[in-house]
This record gives sequence, C-alpha cells and structure tokens, in this order.
Amino acid sequence: MNKPERVYFFGTCLIDLLYPKAGLAGMALIKRQGVKVIYPANQSCCGQPAFNSGYRQEALAVARAQLNCFPKDYPIVVPSGSCAGMVKHHWPELFAGQPDESQAIAAAERTYELTEFLVDVLELQLKDLGQPTKIAIHTSCSARREMGVADRIDSLIAQLSNVQVVEQAHKTECCGFGGTFSIKQPDISGAMVEAKCDALLASGAESVISQDCGCLMNIGGALEHQQRDLPTRHVAEFLLQRTTGEDE
Amino acid sequence: MSSARDNILQRLRANQVDLEQPDQSTPPLEVLSAEQRIARFTECQKAVHGEVHTLPAHQWIDWLAEELPKRGLHQVLTGTGETGNQLVAKNIESTIFHQYDQPIESWKPELFSQIDVAITGSRCGIAETGTLVLIPDRDEPRLMSLVPPVHIALLDGTKLYQSFAEVIEKEQWADGLPTNVLLISGPSKTADIEQTLAYGIHGPKQLITLLLK
Amino acid sequence: MNQYQAFYQRIDKALHNDQLRRNFRSAMDGIRERRLAQFPDDQELQALRYQTKGIRNKSLSRQAELLERLETKLTENGIQVHWAETPLQANALIHEILEAEEATSVVKGKSMVSEETDLNHYLEQRGIEVIESDLGEYILQMAQEPPSHIIVPAIHKNRFEVAELFQKFHPEQPYTNDVDELTGCARQVLRKKFAYADAGISGVNFAVAETGTLCLVENEGNGRLSTTAPRIHIAITGIEKVVEKLSDVPPLLEILTKSATGQPITTYFNMISRPRQPGEKDGPEQVHLVLLDNGRSRIRNDEELVDTLRCIRCGSCMNHCPVYVHVGGHAYGTTYPGPIGILLEPQRLGIDKVGSLTSACTLCGACGEVCPVRIPLPKLINRLRADAVDAKPGENGVPGTGALRSRSEAVIWKLWQSIYASPRLYRSFKFLATRLRRIKPPLSNGWTRYRPIPTPASRSLSELARQEGYDDE
Repeated sequence: MNKPERVYFFGTCLIDLLYPKAGLAGMALIKRQGVKVIYPANQSCCGQPAFNSGYRQEALAVARAQLNCFPKDYPIVVPSGSCAGMVKHHWPELFAGQPDESQAIAAAERTYELTEFLVDVLELQLKDLGQPTKIAIHTSCSARREMGVADRIDSLIAQLSNVQVVEQAHKTECCGFGGTFSIKQPDISGAMVEAKCDALLASGAESVISQDCGCLMNIGGALEHQQRDLPTRHVAEFLLQRTTGEDE
Repeated sequence: MSSARDNILQRLRANQVDLEQPDQSTPPLEVLSAEQRIARFTECQKAVHGEVHTLPAHQWIDWLAEELPKRGLHQVLTGTGETGNQLVAKNIESTIFHQYDQPIESWKPELFSQIDVAITGSRCGIAETGTLVLIPDRDEPRLMSLVPPVHIALLDGTKLYQSFAEVIEKEQWADGLPTNVLLISGPSKTADIEQTLAYGIHGPKQLITLLLK
Repeated sequence: MNQYQAFYQRIDKALHNDQLRRNFRSAMDGIRERRLAQFPDDQELQALRYQTKGIRNKSLSRQAELLERLETKLTENGIQVHWAETPLQANALIHEILEAEEATSVVKGKSMVSEETDLNHYLEQRGIEVIESDLGEYILQMAQEPPSHIIVPAIHKNRFEVAELFQKFHPEQPYTNDVDELTGCARQVLRKKFAYADAGISGVNFAVAETGTLCLVENEGNGRLSTTAPRIHIAITGIEKVVEKLSDVPPLLEILTKSATGQPITTYFNMISRPRQPGEKDGPEQVHLVLLDNGRSRIRNDEELVDTLRCIRCGSCMNHCPVYVHVGGHAYGTTYPGPIGILLEPQRLGIDKVGSLTSACTLCGACGEVCPVRIPLPKLINRLRADAVDAKPGENGVPGTGALRSRSEAVIWKLWQSIYASPRLYRSFKFLATRLRRIKPPLSNGWTRYRPIPTPASRSLSELARQEGYDDE
C-alpha cells in the first residue's frame, strides 16, 4: 500500500483511559510523516473483553458502535496487537450473518497494528538521538501470532543506534494477562507474570517496551507490586522520545 | 450386528461434514544417490544410538564369527530361513545357537531370560530416518527383534529406499499387508524419567545393522 | 463444591508445589527445543501441516464409509471388530473377551482411550490383574495417579520420586536413583509380566481402512510386547482414528513424532494386520479392535467444533501452553489436559461438568501455532466460552451449554455494553474516571493480589487528541 493522505487512529479503551501518552505518541509518529491523523471522538472499544469472555452479543453491540466511527475507507491504525487482532480477525466472525457484516469485513481489511503500519506503509526511517541504553522487547501474543507482526517492532528498534536489545528467557511466552483471564484465573496469571518479570529483570534490560498496553499494565503493575525498578513503556512513546531527543 | 455399531454409523451419517481438504502436495525430496542413502542411513542410526557396519555381502558371517565371542554374546537366536541355517552350520567358538523352530508357547521363559542376541534379516531400509523394515514370518518370528538384549539385522544395501512413502509405493503395500510389518529405528528407549534417555527399557539395548554392499 | 472451586483447589495445589513446577518447566523447555530442531524449514513445516490437515479432514468427512471399510478389511484379515458407544460398553466388551478366554492377567501398552474409559479399574474390580507396561504409566500405576501428560505421562515426577516408588514396590531390587539403573530395574520387573500375561491391551495411532491395519507408534517396545507376546491382543481406539489409505500414514507419522517428542521417527512403528497365521510361531491367536465413540459422533454436529476431531494426540499443544507449564496436567482434573483438554473435555463430558476449564487459557495462540493438523484451538476454546454462558441454549449444542451463565456476570457485561456502546455515556464515564482518578474502587479480586489497580490518566486520549488539534472525523 502507498502512503495514504489520511488515517483513522483507533486508540483503544485501555490507552484512552490509562495510557493516553502512548496514543498521542503513536499519532505523532504518523503525523510526522505527513499523514493526517483523525481521532474519531465517539470511539470506545473493539469489543474484545466481552468477546473473549463469551458474551458475544454484548461484544457485537460495542463493536458495531465503532463501525460508525470509521465511515471512510482510510486505513485504521491501532496501537495494540490484540485490539488490531480483534478487528482484523474476529470482527468478521463476530459480524457473520449481520446486516453490517460487509462493513465490518471492510474495516478489518484496512486495519493495521501501529508498528506494522509504521514499517510496511510509512517505511519509517529513524535516527536515534538518545543516550545509550539496554532494553528488552516484550511482543504481545496477539502481535506475534494473530497479527504476525513481531518482526516490525524489532526492525524499528534495530534502527536505533544507541539502543541495545537484550533477550529475556522464554521471550515468546505469554505474560499471563489474557484480559479477563487475569481475573478468572488470578493465581495462574500471577504465576505467569511473576515468571515474566523474573526473566525481564534477569535480562539486564534497563527498560521494557511492548506494542500492547494490556501486557504493559500486567507486567508494569506486577513490577510495581513487587517494588522492583524496571520501567515499562509503549513502543510509540519510546520511539518518539528516542527520535526527538527529549528526556522522559 | 450390534446396535452400538448401527447407532454410531447412523449418527455419523446424520452428521455429514464436508471439511476442507487443502492441496496435498509437499515439496519433493532431494533425490539421494545410493552412496548418499547409505551415508544418511548410517548417520541417522548413529544419532539414535544404533551401530552400523558396512561390509561386503559375503563377509557378514565372518564378521559375526569374530564379533559374537568378542562381545560375549554366546546364546544366539537365529531364524529357520537361509540366514539362520547358514549361521547354525558355521562353527563359531563358544557360541550356542538356538533356532526359533518352535511356537513361542513352548519356550517363552527361555526366550525372555536366556538369549543374548538375535540375528535376523530385513526386508529393506529407509535412508531418511535410518529405519530397518522387517516383515517377520514363519522363519523369523516377531519376537526375535524384540526380546533379546541385542538385535543384529542384515540389510541389503541395494534395498535402501529414501522414504517410508517410497517403501509403501514400491513394495506395493496397499495391495495387502502380512501379519506384522515393523519399522525399527534404533534400540528400544525411554525418556519417561526426567526426559533422560535410557536404552533397552523393553526391547534390545543394542541394535546393530550389518549393511551389506 | 462447584466445578470452579474444585478447579481452583487443584490449581492452588499445583502452584504451591515448586518441585512440580520445576519439573514441568524443564521438561517442556526440552521438548519445545527438540521439536523446533526437527522443523528447520518453516515453509516445509507449513506444507506438511496443510497436508496432514487435509488427510485428517478427508478421514472425518468420510468417516462412516471408512469405518465400514475398515471393519470389512479387518474382518477379512481375521481381526474381530467391536463397537462401543460409551466407556462402560467398551470396558464390558473387553471384559467379556477376557472372560471367554479365561484370561486373568493383562499387560497394557499406553492408551489414552483406555484412560477415558477407566479400563484398569473396571478390570481390576473383576479380578483381572492389569499391568501398565509403558515406563511412565507403570510409575503412575505404582503411585496410583493418572497421567499428567498424554505422551510423557509421568513427567511431573523426578527420578528421586521414581526411585522411592521402586523401593516401596520392589524392595528386592537395590535402591537407585540413577535413570539408567531405574530403567534396568523396570525391565527386569516387567519382563516377568510379559512372559506370563494372557492378554495384551493397546491403543492405536492410525487404523488404515485400505489394508485393515492397526498402526502403533512407540519407543520402548512395550507396545510391541503387549501386542505380540500374549495369546490375545485387544486394541481400543476412538472412531476418529481411521484413515483411508496406507499412503496417508507417512505424513501423519512424520508430523506426529516430530511434533510430539522431536524425533524424526520413533524407535518402533508397528503395523498389525492379522492374528497369528498357520505356521507362524508367535503373535496373538486373537486380535480384537474396540472402536469407541464416547461423544465423538456428536461432536461432528457442529461445523466449527468438528475440527477438534482432527487431533492426532501429539501433546504439542500442552508442551507449548504457558498455563500448562505452570500448573501441569493434574490441575485440569480431566483425562486430557492442556489446550486439547480444554477443548475436548467440555464437549465430551459437558460444560456443566468441566466447562470451567475454558477459563484456564490466555488465548495466546501458542497451541494453535504448533498444532500439526492446524486445529484452531484458541478460536474454538473461545467459542466454548460463548457456549458456556449462552443465554438461550439450543437443543443440539454442546452438552451443558449455558450452564456457567451467572446473573451477576451477565449484568456486568450488559452494563459494560451500555457504557461502551453509547458515546455519551462513555464520555461521562471517562470524565468521572479521570477527574476522580485517585479514588480506587474497593476491589479485592485476584488482580490486586499481584498488581495495583491501575490509575486512570488525568485526561483521556480523546480529550488530549482534541487539545492537540487532531480532527475528530
């Protein structure tokens, strides 16, 4: 796909309420490339929490409310692997047989995860202005397996000359968030995130980045709970900060 | 006919499904030469703790005459076919031959406790996986390659196929199979304790292939 | 105690057993690495996965016809075929065969279907001695535990625990915790059983309709012994194991052994087509095949869930499952653990009995990625979650559909819907949440045991985006 004139930004409910800086950073990265970014005011959530809990009617109602937010055929960019995966891979399933099925499929087809869009469509070139640092990348399971875009975040970070990436043990294993899984199976989720935190701490990284705020809320929250000092950040914020030279 | 049978078949017919059957072609294998097949077979067997000796065809019996006593394999089980008869006729030092000439019921305890090694032929081999293909019969029964602690198999080097699929095709197995067909790729093993490999849990601890050129 | 409470108790027990968790972690890491080493070329792997999916789909699409052909061919070959709709029927059939032949001792090769039917207990209660001969299964028989993995059943035990069991049950053997010596000890003990057993019972990996052949995959040789040394061999398998042609077998075998244990092929691939023929000197005089349905024909009802039946029981899904690796197989409390268990067991036993299993999944997709026959496990597990809370269960669905619907949960999701589907309400909700961000709801759910409740930002992204001048349409 060629560079579009305009894109829709689907911020996701988690970023809207808890991590707006990550959303703003993602929008800034796109805008900087001369693309007009539209943030539809009425958007809320892709429907994933209910969908993954078995409440499909409720998920459908919420997903349907989003369809009206993205009426034109601009690409939809989502700063989250799991929400992008919900739109791209599960909306067609969720809307199957509904009167607005074709609209949902059309939306799914023009949906991109943020790093995917930055690499594949914008062919983003980055110049690192930051101090030398060591980071670990936690790629979300949805970005890795459902969206198949795990290598995009790697290639973006690889452009940053002062950033050394260290690899944590069991890198591809789930952090234990899983949406309502963390509520329904809190102890398994707790065991999983503890193991993930241990691996990240042992890697020698000075900070952790991810394309998903769900994972970051889980990992960052657990690190905070354990009173361990390892900052976590969304990849968009990290990229913006490295390339503008601004301090955190 | 049983009602369970009819009920099951009826339910299967009532619940017809027509599932996607994607294109079944996989990339063709790189064709190996005869020499490469032997090398591949040997490499695969070694990787699973098997022993392979490549010999000129006429030397197998001399090899055994030398190696059996050396390895302390005295109680030797042979079949009643050509290979077995030749062996039994050969006078090998400190070796006692037992031919499998009686049904198992009459000597089961001896087979399970007294035999040191069994020597059999094989139908063919598979290079890709380092596999011996045995078709046990009246002359070389099924338990020969299984119960004694050592199994020595003769393999005709010209009958080394590349893959299992090729064996099925070339040997025309689809037309019908005998009582038992065995693919043997190494000695008996287990990893049931701590994923640690241990050999000879039930079958032979050692598998020796005499690959005859 | 409801099923969730029982499930939580088993999970709690597993999570507090550090030794068990270390055992699983190291075992699963090893298996994953060995599997990966067998598939150096991803394109070839994907081609093979498509091919084997096609073979299994062909088998399922023509299952009735293929089962009838299998029966005809086996019967021609002299193998007796029996059909069972339920576990109890299967057990009774097997007992009848043994009784008619006055068989009082049985050696068993590994069979998950016989675990499904709890065959050992059934026969033992009727005075028949049953010895598991797979080393892992034998260890578990001594420990009186079910398998915790479908391929490596005693993976949760380390060698010291195994050594203790051998010492307790075989005091005549010298104590050892060396794996080689323990294996040697098992060989001695089990040889005697093989030499005298009247009957052998085994599972089946593939049943070939074309030639009437039962195929068994194994490394130890106990499967071969069980099916060769005794005078009677009884094989038990699920009806979905039938394949059409012999040429269907090589790709299935290859992807099975590579996926299961990371081996290019197992030590033995045993193809049985007949009982002992005149003049043959060993092998069983009778061979029987028991075909068990146990819900399988019903699972075909559903055009999505039918994919469950493609499974070739390699165990790769559990090997790669991040939940399984932390809690192990026993926590699931069902015959089949891990992702395939989460998918299969509620369909087999009912959502009202074991539907809570579906909660033990993060939908991370690791299982679906490695499944050799491309079962979309995460998608189907998520589908079962929908069935579990279905407000209006239909008649032909998964048994127990709707059984896990709770009023309070349903109300929460309705409330969620009304907020998130209404821009006006959502805006008000966000306004309150951001302005009152320091006020934390008094939640005491599991989340807060491991993490704080997240604090909303002082302004939402939608507010900030407007401030920064981004257009809103």
